[in-house]
Amino acid sequence: MKKPIQDAGLDESSILTDARKILAPQIEDRSRRSFLLRGLTLGGVAMLSGCNLTDNDSVETALSAMSRFNDRVQGWLFNPNAMAPTYPASMITRPFPFNAFYGIDEAPTVEEESYRLEVTGLVTDKRTWRLEELRAMAQTEQITRHICVEGWSAIGRWGGVRFSDFLKRVGADTDAKYVGFKCADDYYTSIDMATALHAQTLLTLTYDGAVLPREYGFPMKLRMPTKLGYKNPKHIQAIFVSNTYSGGYWEDQGYNWFGGS
Amino acid sequence: MPCPPVSSHPRWLRLTHWLNALAVLVMVTSGWRIYNASPLYDFSFPKGITLGGWLGGALQWHFAAMWFLAVNGLVYLACNLFSGRLKRRFFPVSPKGVLHDFWAALRGKLGHADLNHYNQVQRLAYLFVMVDITLLVLSGLVLWKSVQFPLLRELLWGYEGARHVHFIAMALLVAFVAVHLVMVALVPKTLLAMIVGRKEPI
Repeated sequence: MKKPIQDAGLDESSILTDARKILAPQIEDRSRRSFLLRGLTLGGVAMLSGCNLTDNDSVETALSAMSRFNDRVQGWLFNPNAMAPTYPASMITRPFPFNAFYGIDEAPTVEEESYRLEVTGLVTDKRTWRLEELRAMAQTEQITRHICVEGWSAIGRWGGVRFSDFLKRVGADTDAKYVGFKCADDYYTSIDMATALHAQTLLTLTYDGAVLPREYGFPMKLRMPTKLGYKNPKHIQAIFVSNTYSGGYWEDQGYNWFGGS
Repeated sequence: MPCPPVSSHPRWLRLTHWLNALAVLVMVTSGWRIYNASPLYDFSFPKGITLGGWLGGALQWHFAAMWFLAVNGLVYLACNLFSGRLKRRFFPVSPKGVLHDFWAALRGKLGHADLNHYNQVQRLAYLFVMVDITLLVLSGLVLWKSVQFPLLRELLWGYEGARHVHFIAMALLVAFVAVHLVMVALVPKTLLAMIVGRKEPI
């Protein structure tokens, strides 16, 4: 049972005063925020067009169309023989930063025993893969620069199976346009076939000589030094080869799909 | 007279100038929003003066406007070069001449009666901004496509070096614009000339 307020020795006016004190800054803060939102983007250009630019559908359509155009230009610019620079071990960034759309504690835990990598789409061999089978394939290593879409970069050391070897092994149709990925953290992305076949594109099983830890994408990530961080999926559960564009977690929100060099 | 009377601000110049101004405005303000995602230095830009709303939006603006900046800039440079205007208007320029004209300007002894004639401070400033925007485009190429342009990347001190070059070149461009706007405010007829053009009797 709730006690009547009077019994607690409180009076109406002091409650009201307290409530006002608590609410006033919030109201002020909220109106300030809406003012900032409305004033979002730059006054000068906004005044010229008389509308809020980012909320304008036709502006958004035009910007998306430009982003698709940039995808095509980047596909055309991509030289499969151009290699990302590699670095000596002394230049590795320590500790290598954790980065995801969630906090480090929320990184998914995948059990090695029950883990099976699914391979589907335009491949001749659609069976699932166990980690030990991937470890039995030829391994390679790279010390390369990871570049984030935000601008920062860090140098790390990754090891695993050359992705082009893996695609050949599963009999992938390398004339297909896309390779897509589905991950244990509900992340998803897709890449162009040319980048998938690039010599530095690595189905990564290790980081800095040890089994790829949970925070960096256990059981495996796709490491591409030619692409920005968000194009490098972690905790991969399924790989599919396709001619149908399937976008990606960030790409569907506006990041450029090609997303890299 | 060696030269016939020509417009001091021909149509191609006015067009490329204003397109460039718009492209620079979009590039700089969206660039500030991109910078804020991971500040290179110890400060961020106030969100209210940035363009794009969030990183993804700012990147879309930046990677759309870059084509206008680069293509328009190339058209400007080509017209300038092949019309002979570059050589006629911006040269000669010498350290001595710049200092002389700068000193004259400080004493208010520099005339702007003839818009056809750029004093040496103007020449240096306009040549500087041409080079600076070129550097912005080149360092931008390294940030966008670091693997595809290895020579450019090494010349600009690698990916991280290019970030600093890109930022500093932006800051210098903004400084140029600030001075440019003050000068236009002091000699308003230059603004009119840049809008409608004018025939200068020689």
